[in-house]
Formats: sequence, structure tokens, C-alpha cells
Amino acid sequence: MRILMFGWEFPPHIAGGLGTACYGLTKGLAKHNVEVIFVMPHATGNEDQRFVKVVNASDIEAVYGNTDKELIPGMTFIHIDSNMVPYISPEEFETERARSSQSEGREITHGDVWRERYNFSGRYGANLMEEVARYAVVAAEVARQMEGQFDVIHAHDWLTYYAGMAAKQVSGKPLVVHIHATEFDRSGENVNQAVYNIEKAGMDAADKVIAVSNLTRNIVINRYGIDPSKVVTVHNAVTFGTDSWKDFERGVNDKIVTFLGRITYQKGPDYFVEAAAKVLKRLPNVRFVMAGSGDMMNHVVRRVAKLGIADRFHFTGFLKGDDVQKMFAMSDVYIMPSVSEPFGISPLEAMKSNVPVIISKQSGVAEVLDYAVKVDYWDVDAMADAIYALIQYPALGKMFARKGLEEVTSLKWDNAAEKVKEVYESVRK
Amino acid sequence: MKTICFYFQIHQPLRLKTYRFFNMGKDHNYLDDVANSTIMRKVANRCYLPMNALILKLIKQNKGAFRVSFSMSGLAVEQFREYAPEVLESFRELAATGCVEFLGETYAHSLASLIDKDEFVAQIKRHSEMIKKEFGMKPTTFRNTELIYSDTIGEIVAAQGFKTMLAEGAKHVLGWKSPNFVYANALNQKLRLLLRNYKMSDDIAFRFSDKGWSEWPLTAEKFVSWITPDDVPGEIINLFMDYETFGEHQDASTGIFEFMEHLPAVALATKKIKFATCSETAAAHQPVAVLSCPHPMSWADEERDVTAWLGNELQNEAFNKLYSLGPLVREVKSKDFDYVWNFMQSSDHFYYMATKWLSDGDVHKYFNPYESSYDSFINYMNVLSDFIIELNKKHEQQSRKRGVKSVKKVAECLA
Repeated sequence: MRILMFGWEFPPHIAGGLGTACYGLTKGLAKHNVEVIFVMPHATGNEDQRFVKVVNASDIEAVYGNTDKELIPGMTFIHIDSNMVPYISPEEFETERARSSQSEGREITHGDVWRERYNFSGRYGANLMEEVARYAVVAAEVARQMEGQFDVIHAHDWLTYYAGMAAKQVSGKPLVVHIHATEFDRSGENVNQAVYNIEKAGMDAADKVIAVSNLTRNIVINRYGIDPSKVVTVHNAVTFGTDSWKDFERGVNDKIVTFLGRITYQKGPDYFVEAAAKVLKRLPNVRFVMAGSGDMMNHVVRRVAKLGIADRFHFTGFLKGDDVQKMFAMSDVYIMPSVSEPFGISPLEAMKSNVPVIISKQSGVAEVLDYAVKVDYWDVDAMADAIYALIQYPALGKMFARKGLEEVTSLKWDNAAEKVKEVYESVRK
Repeated sequence: MKTICFYFQIHQPLRLKTYRFFNMGKDHNYLDDVANSTIMRKVANRCYLPMNALILKLIKQNKGAFRVSFSMSGLAVEQFREYAPEVLESFRELAATGCVEFLGETYAHSLASLIDKDEFVAQIKRHSEMIKKEFGMKPTTFRNTELIYSDTIGEIVAAQGFKTMLAEGAKHVLGWKSPNFVYANALNQKLRLLLRNYKMSDDIAFRFSDKGWSEWPLTAEKFVSWITPDDVPGEIINLFMDYETFGEHQDASTGIFEFMEHLPAVALATKKIKFATCSETAAAHQPVAVLSCPHPMSWADEERDVTAWLGNELQNEAFNKLYSLGPLVREVKSKDFDYVWNFMQSSDHFYYMATKWLSDGDVHKYFNPYESSYDSFINYMNVLSDFIIELNKKHEQQSRKRGVKSVKKVAECLA
């Protein structure tokens, strides 16, 4: 079976768990004889290509002349803000000009401006909507050129849904969309309507919807009004690499409690800070580390200063590569206090490194773990209690670490991939 | 006859390197040696060396009628020793003319006066000893970090034997009074105060090269003509500024060196102006009034208060955590720990953490090696956290040794 897969990131260039999940999944699929053509913006050529064929979307020449209407009815460009204008390239300017004269009903005579190379930044940026839309145009071209080379289209998260829909329109092949996070997870109740609309359009157009947890499946059904029979839960898993950092020498003797993730509303960083302050009132020999970056970082730094715990609460900034493993190797407790977490792969990675974990009940990963302390994200007292217990009663921490490692070892991408393959087979015509 | 009193501030902080959480407990070299040496070499070549040469020339040319004062932080002197010893040598040459006064200040260019009296006094002593050793004179005039002054700070300084102290001629403190007179401290009237004429000081330090300024270009003749008329009130003009004004903040191409080269001759030719050091200026004039300043003021920003260093929660947290260590550092009595303790105190670290970016944001940004105040706070706290760990270790070691000793003594007694 051959899959045309649309993603937004892939290791090593990742900003979050989506890339990690795509990697694990494609690896698992390869074992089940599923071929994957992975399309992503701005591939730089050093991705691990043993398991997937990485096609750089920037290298595909799209015929812009086929207007968007033919690809996806009712699609329009939405600019989140006007930042796009100062960075406009000459090529893009030509395109803009071509488009504006086209709207006046005139014919463009210069041949070159019709065939453009769309250079995607590949990052979540200010002109994201523009990129999402242009990505769809390229996706259609990819699907046309790859005709006969794939059986199912698989699109990950809303950024690629237009692409998946466009490919489906061109090729007539079935579409599976994969929900790693919804707009409600990212933004609480203040959803960005434009994003929501794309998400819903993608789910509506899909033949099957894969959700990473029952929690997410319920959101898909209740908030997006998708037919429950169309929505399948496939829990994420964890990849086992060589654990060369197990013996990483730690510099400080104190116990270390780690939060690792984007410092955003969704991840509940402020609850972690409040719990830390409570623990520090009782325990002198503990340090807290917040590893990551995000739009709430400055707010959190100020709060830590205000609470007067900045000599025991440290920030590492965004961690890359080995530093993530080093951080796990140094940790005594890992905590993920997410307000809303469709799945949450990072606790699994911590468990893999023999670290006991505390996770919020509002995370999808809580559905598959027994050996993790589960608390409500808002229950700062319970969180502080759990941290205190795992540190003060070593027997407890050790038990969670040992049983946790066993548990996480059984969560294999092979199994997840098998379920995904079943989904492919169910939609294949 | 009016007196121009020039005082130049010389300070360079020891800048911290990027120190991450992963360094903690393993790496105790906190400084960015490359940045520190590069900046010192650059400023030495652009400012300290040429300006010292010019001042030496002016003193000789005017046969002692041109006189100036310097204040130099201990951290600056440490870096001169290490990276630019010829600068220190040229200051010694200036000291030998007898026309130059060196003022007292805190060794670490610290804010200790705002929180820790013991540390403040210890740093004053340490600094005076350093000046005596380097230049052979004991300071009798004091200038606190960033010209921070209050009645109580003045009282402490007077108790250390200083006769004169410098302060900002801040409008909110002076009211209708003119900075062009000598004033006295409110709690100890023996302490004379010299107040900065911020208008005329900033004409040189900030506005000199500003082409949008109505008085641009500023010439020595023009500047002198603002002082000489009989209806200009006051007896003294205190021109206090960073020494880096010459050649660094104001590039040599602006003509700042030529301005200074001509100023003494033009001023002295009027026979209405003389130059004097801070001590001489204060001694030659009776205080006209007592100046009451219950809250600390400084020479920074529009507000002339201490919010540039202690104006947000980041600064307050770092400051309080740092100074909570004072008693322990003094108990440990180790040269290595004193060294770190000193450079961690320099006001610059707190300045980098400022979040007031409105009217004075440009100045803050100009001096700031960090991308944001948050970055500087995180980096500073990482270093401080490691220092705290090491300090506690050292203290425990010492206590254990002492414990062993006292056990031995007891054993000896019993024997």
C-alpha cells in the first residue's frame, strides 16, 4: 500500500510533538509494508530518509493559473496580519500582480510568472494562512504528478488539511485526516474561527478521521459535529533510541523536577510554578526546571521572580537534540500539567529515561498509562503533594520509574501503525 | 569668579558569559573573558588613552590651572590590570601632576548602599585602599554608584571620614534651588554636597553631537559664554559625566576632543572662570543651605530615582537573593568568593534587567548585551544559583574543619 502523506514538520526540524509522531508512525508503517510519500514544506535534505521519501514542497512547480476555486470551492486567502508584505519576494510580487490583473479579467502574457517555485518558510509564521493555502496549490500538483503512485492520502493537523483536500480532489483517492491537536486544545475557548473552519472542512472532507486519544475523539465528535462512526482513536507510542545519556553526570545534588514543552497556555506552565512554590516551602533540596520557550515565558519568569524562588527555579530555553536527553537524564520527576493535551508524547520519553511522571488528567496519554501520577491541571495542591511524595519517598519514585519503564516499553509504534493501516484498508476503494 | 568642577566616571562591569542550567554545579567560570577584554581594549584605545594624554597635555599647558577629578570602580581597575595596564600607568602619570583628584566609591560599582550597610562600608574601605595603593592618595570626596544619594547614605559616608559627597542636581529635590552652590547633608551638616548641573553636563555628554539640537555645534566659546555673565546664578558649575563620553559615546569624529582641548584656554582667558577638583571646590565655598533628600535619587533616566535598577520584580528578586548572601560571604572570607561576590554586585547586571523601555529605552538598549531583560535575568540567576551552591559547600567545609579543630582541642584538654 502506498500513502501520500502531508505533514508540516519532520525530524530533525521540529517545533513540537507532531514531528516526533510522524517519524514514529512512518517508521511503524514501513514495518507493515506501507510506503509513505511524505510531503512537507521546506525540507532541507538532512531528514532521516530510511523510512520515507521526503519530497520538498518547495521543489514542486505549481501551475498557479488553475485558480483556487477549481481545487477547493470557496477557498480564500486569509492574512492573519499584514506582516507578509515587508518580506514579499520579487517572485511573489509578480504573482500578486498577476493575480490582481487577473481579477480585472485581463490575460497575462508573460509565460514565466505562471510557473513559480513556492518557497515555503516551513515554520509557523505570520503569513501562515497564506502558506497553508499555497501549500494546497502545490499539493494538488504533487498529487497530479504522483498519479497512480499512491492509494490513500493522509494529512496531519489543520495546516495540511487543505493540501489533503486538494490532493483528494485531483486524484479521487480517499483522505484520512489525523488530529494531533484541535484549536480548542491550543486556544481554550478563544478559538481562531479561521483555523476552526479549516479543521472542520478537513474532517468533513475526510473519509476517516484519526484522533490521538479518546479525549480528542470526543472533541472531534462534540465540537466539530463529526459522525462518530468515522472517527477512530489511535494512541501515539514512543520510539526507542540508543540511550547514551543515561550516565550523564549531573552537576547539582538537589532533586530536579522538570517541565519540558512549549511554554504556552495549553501546557499549563503557570500551575507548575505555583506547585513549585508550594513544594519549596517544605523541601530545601529541590530544583525546578522549565525547559522550552513560548509566548507565556516572560509571564512565567516574572511570576517566578515575584514568588522569590528564582534561585531554585531555572529556565533553559528551547532544548534541541542531545540536550533533551540530558535533561531527562538529570530529572528525578517529570511533570506535564497540560490544561488540554490531545496526547502528550513527552511523558513517555521521560518514562523511557526511568523518570517517574506526573501528568494532568486532561491529557490523552493518561488513557494509556497506569504508572503515572494523575492530577487535575488546576489542582496545584495535588500537584505539589505528588512532587513531594515522589521526592521524599524514594520507594514510590522507584516503583513508578520501574513499572513506568515496563509500561512505556509496551507502547510501540508498530501497534499504532497497524491500527492506522487498518484505517487505510477500510477507506481504500 | 566661577569654578568649573569636572568629574569623570570610569567603570566597566565584568560581563557574564552565557551560563546555562547545564553548566550549574560543573562550571564555575562565569565571565565572558573575550567580551571583557575586547571591550576594554576598544574603550582604552578610543577613550581612556587619548583622553588621558589630552588631559595631561592641558594640565601642563595651563601650569596647573586645569584640574579634574576621577572616580574609578575597583572592577574597572581590575580589568585595567589584566587587559590594559598602560591605561593604569597613564592615570598614575596624571595623579603625579597633583592636579587630579581620585574620588572614593564602592569597589564593585554596587547598589549596596540601598540594602546592606555593612557591605556598603566594607566596599568603601576596600576601594579607598585600592586607590591609595594605585595612586598614592586617600580619597576624601565620595561619589556613590550612579550618583545614588539620600540623607542616610550621606550620613554613612560622612561617618567613613569623607568631607564631601557628589549627588545629582535633581529638580524634584532641589525645587527652586540652584545646583551651582555647595549644600550640606541634612543629618550631618559637616558633609558638603556638590550637585551635578545636569543641563550643562548633558550638553557635553549627550547633546554634543545632536544635529537636531538648537545649540549644535557646541564650541568652547559658546559653552563658556553660558557661564561668564554676572547674572548667571551660583559659584560653581559641576560637570559630572561618564569618561566614556570622550571618544566612545561621542565619537572622535564629532569633535569632542577638540572641544575639550580648547575649553580650558578659552575659559581661563575670560579671567572669570577657574577649574578645581571636587575637594577643592567644596572646601572653597560655604554651604548655602541644607539639602533634604529622604528618598534615594540618582543621575539615571528622567525620574532620577533608582527604578533603572530596582524597578521590576526581576530586578528585586535578583537583588534580594544576591544580598541575602552577604553575611555568608563575609564569614567565608575567601578571595575567590569575594571576587565573584564583587562582580555580581555591579549595578550593570540589574540595569540589563530593566523593563522600562519608554523615554529612556534607547539608553538602556545601548548598554545592554542581552536580547531581553528576561534573558539577562535568567542568565544572572543561573550564575547566582551556582555561586550559592559553591558558597554553601565552602561554608560547610570550613565549619567541618572548625568542628574537627574544636574536637581536637577538647581532646587535647582532656589529655
